[in-house]
Amino acid sequence: MRYALAALLLACAMSAVRAQVETPKPPIPLDARQEAQYKALLPELRCLVCQNESLADSQAPLAADLRYEIRGLIAKGASDADVKRYLVARYGEFVLYRPRLEARTLLLWGGPFLLLLAACAGVLSYARRRARPAAPPPVDEGALRRLLEEQDR
Amino acid sequence: MRFALPLAVLIALLALFAVGLQRDPRRVPSPLIGKPAPAFDLPTIALPGPPGAAPPPARMTQADLRGAPVLVNFFASWCAGCQDEHPFLMELARSGEVRLVGIDYKDAESDLRRWLGRHGDPYAVVLSDLSGNTGIDWGVYGVPETFVLDAQGRIVFKQIGPLTPEAWQRIRPLLQGSAS
Repeated sequence: MRYALAALLLACAMSAVRAQVETPKPPIPLDARQEAQYKALLPELRCLVCQNESLADSQAPLAADLRYEIRGLIAKGASDADVKRYLVARYGEFVLYRPRLEARTLLLWGGPFLLLLAACAGVLSYARRRARPAAPPPVDEGALRRLLEEQDR
Repeated sequence: MRFALPLAVLIALLALFAVGLQRDPRRVPSPLIGKPAPAFDLPTIALPGPPGAAPPPARMTQADLRGAPVLVNFFASWCAGCQDEHPFLMELARSGEVRLVGIDYKDAESDLRRWLGRHGDPYAVVLSDLSGNTGIDWGVYGVPETFVLDAQGRIVFKQIGPLTPEAWQRIRPLLQGSAS
């Protein structure tokens, strides 16, 4: 077992580690307002490589590339909407943690309210049914009269 | 009768989950389907092609993809999934059914040459996307990804992950439709 582990470690160490080539890129300076815009925008954007991380948090090489692109766009004066449009055109609506409100996403945004409405209607109809007094059982008039007469006697 | 409505809701929910849970969240549908291939201008990599074949031009753009259906395969020598699909790409190249254009994504040319030397070269031409910018413009988020372009240079399909024989069965009718 120990030898197997050692052999495995050795094999790992010896296998040539091939990785993505990172081309050096000059840093893109942003002014204070642009830097604030950049910082606020990144957590809104999903990294497609590790889908539960935002572009702000992700260590994936693609996320680094996209951060660089976004810095470049913002340096050129792009608004938040411009940056989002750039990403959605390439990767689809999925990159936005908060999807935009439009015809295609109407059910997504309205769905919870529809469910709430349905639940309210259900509860209301149930409550109504319970509040309605149960109809009195049919009375045998003859038996009632006889009982009353018996009492009067 | 009393339980008809709750039962119907339960069955509807189960059906929804059954469909939803079988979908792979890692496969994000591309917004580029049905649109012209995004613009690019990339250097080609000179490779020892079949004897007598004309060498490719030094650079190629999206305009060079028009004229016949083509598969644009984003790959890299460092990518494990690319090695998985490679034997099938070789088979596809041998069949001559469709032109294969490879875009080598963020890869060192020396690594690429060694890799193609070892596994074989199925591509009609290989372009180098060293910076990964063309990958971004095409919405690539993990190699291998394969785009199917019709003769007009329009993207008709995107395969995320290795190109399998099953995927090819779905792609082939799309090419026949576009060729006519």
